[in-house]
Amino acid sequence: MKKSLIGFIIGLVLALSLTLFAGENPLHIAWILMKSAFGSSYDLGLTLYYTTGLIFTGLSVSLAFSAGLFNIGAEGQLLMGSIAAALLGVLFPHVPGFLAPILAVLVAGLAGALWALIPALLKIYRGSHEVIVTMMMNFIASGLTSWAVLQWIPNPDSQNPESAKIASSYMFQDIDFVKKLLGDSPASLALVLALFGAFVLWFVMKRTRWGYEVHISGLNPSAAERAGIDVAKIQIQAFCWAGALAAGVAVTEVLGNSGQFRIGFSPEFGFIGIAVALMARNHPLGILLSAFLMGALHKGASDLDFETTTITRDFSKIIQGVIILFVAVQSYRIFKKRGSRVS
Amino acid sequence: MSVETILRLATPLIFTSLGGFLSERSGVIQIGLEGLMLVGAFVGATVAFGASSCWLGWLVAFLAGVIVAAIYAFFVIELEADQIVTGTALNLTVAGLIPFVSKILFNTTGSTPTLDISNRFFWEPIAIALLSVVLIQIWFSKTNSGLWLKFAGEKPKALESSGVSPRKIRWLCSLMAGGLAAWGGASLSLFLASSYSPLMTSGRGFIALAALIFGRWKPWSAFLACLLFGAAETLQIHWQGQSVGGFMIPVQLIQILPYIFTIVALAGFVGKNSPPAALGRPL
Repeated sequence: MKKSLIGFIIGLVLALSLTLFAGENPLHIAWILMKSAFGSSYDLGLTLYYTTGLIFTGLSVSLAFSAGLFNIGAEGQLLMGSIAAALLGVLFPHVPGFLAPILAVLVAGLAGALWALIPALLKIYRGSHEVIVTMMMNFIASGLTSWAVLQWIPNPDSQNPESAKIASSYMFQDIDFVKKLLGDSPASLALVLALFGAFVLWFVMKRTRWGYEVHISGLNPSAAERAGIDVAKIQIQAFCWAGALAAGVAVTEVLGNSGQFRIGFSPEFGFIGIAVALMARNHPLGILLSAFLMGALHKGASDLDFETTTITRDFSKIIQGVIILFVAVQSYRIFKKRGSRVS
Repeated sequence: MSVETILRLATPLIFTSLGGFLSERSGVIQIGLEGLMLVGAFVGATVAFGASSCWLGWLVAFLAGVIVAAIYAFFVIELEADQIVTGTALNLTVAGLIPFVSKILFNTTGSTPTLDISNRFFWEPIAIALLSVVLIQIWFSKTNSGLWLKFAGEKPKALESSGVSPRKIRWLCSLMAGGLAAWGGASLSLFLASSYSPLMTSGRGFIALAALIFGRWKPWSAFLACLLFGAAETLQIHWQGQSVGGFMIPVQLIQILPYIFTIVALAGFVGKNSPPAALGRPL
């Protein structure tokens, strides 16, 4: 993590220096980033909203990595999870209050897991590379969810490309102390769920037999086979759980924030999650920190659009790209063995 | 659905999968084709607009692709960084840099100004694409240096002991791959469209990679696979706004056709893939 932080800082400095070309003062840009990420409790809430989503996708990418698979498909999985939660919330408004959020979480997770099952099966049984397949699945998920929203549950009160509101029983409402604390910002109880998820994943990976089997299957599949581990089964399971984790974004957005499926709501949580997982070197608890840094960066950068005339929000992508590059260089030994298995 | 339309739509894929072919056959995975295409599309459109010449845009796009690919090659060949992770970083960085540059140049967050009809290609990229397929196929299957390419990706040690540096081959092929993928992108912005628009490649880099795998890492078969994907895209455009038996096919569902097609192709016909033996392995 220490080396990754160095990568983060180098990436940040490099990207900030680039702003010189646009005639900006890098220190001024850094100040805007800071101010808009932490300036008010609402800003902090928005930063934590992004953090929450990124914890989920970071965990997702990280779990798949541990099993030796590259999950580029978190974006599609979170879309499918979100549409499932939205469909449930709009079409079944009469589920009792205490049951509704739990049901929605389960349904979203299941949808994400099923969406991840397809590339996992194709990878194991047909040898199709999961990177290309999940990339295609992202495009398909994007098309399918837009269609489903507009076809089945469009918002009757608005011309915006979004779904109707889910029944209020599905939202966290009064028990959501996170939202209360941060002045009705987009942050929500989902943050607690994300923290809990990171802790559980850490425990599972470190302390359970399944976690150990995932680890070995990713590190050295042939040794794992010899030790009697069903690598195919473990990898499929891990990938499905990764899909379910990505679908945690549904809780962040649909249950915790907007209460609806807004087409294009995700600021590419799935892709930033790759940077989050790599930066944390797959450590579930390290993901909390890297998700927070990336979340702050994303929130900060989103204000560059109107705080400056020359720098846009896409600025944060440059930083993410540079960080991934640095981590890729540092950790090549870890992946070296896997190199033979890709494509 | 004419042959010409299919060829037109397949052109970006043909260039890019040829690039992928060179890179992957030499042993270097190139997930960054998508980003390289974007670079080519943006630089091509920008230069063509600035210089009022599509040929200059075409040329500079190739160079830009080579330069970006050189950075990639340095990381994965010299520093032995993981190729898939680095490719992802390439895609992401490019997606961040292009809006940054276009904001400075044109004060827009993405699109370049529309090119005048006289500064666009009419059919030329198709011809160059076809010529490239023929040349690369002949080079690969009929010449000695084509064999070097094969060995760099299959048995780099053997190649080295015969006095040819697999490192050099990988470098050369990676650079060529960058240029070709950039041409793939430039044929989008200078030929199929009349400007660069944000993320206009929409996954074509990955589809080209799928075509390459579908074509079992051979130029000629990859070319045929590209035509197939081009046909799928033609079908998609053809079906848009059409109703079948009074049922209007939703536009979103038609748009995902090429992607579904790609997955089916990857899963159904190829079976277990047989990639170059040393693909992804550092030297």
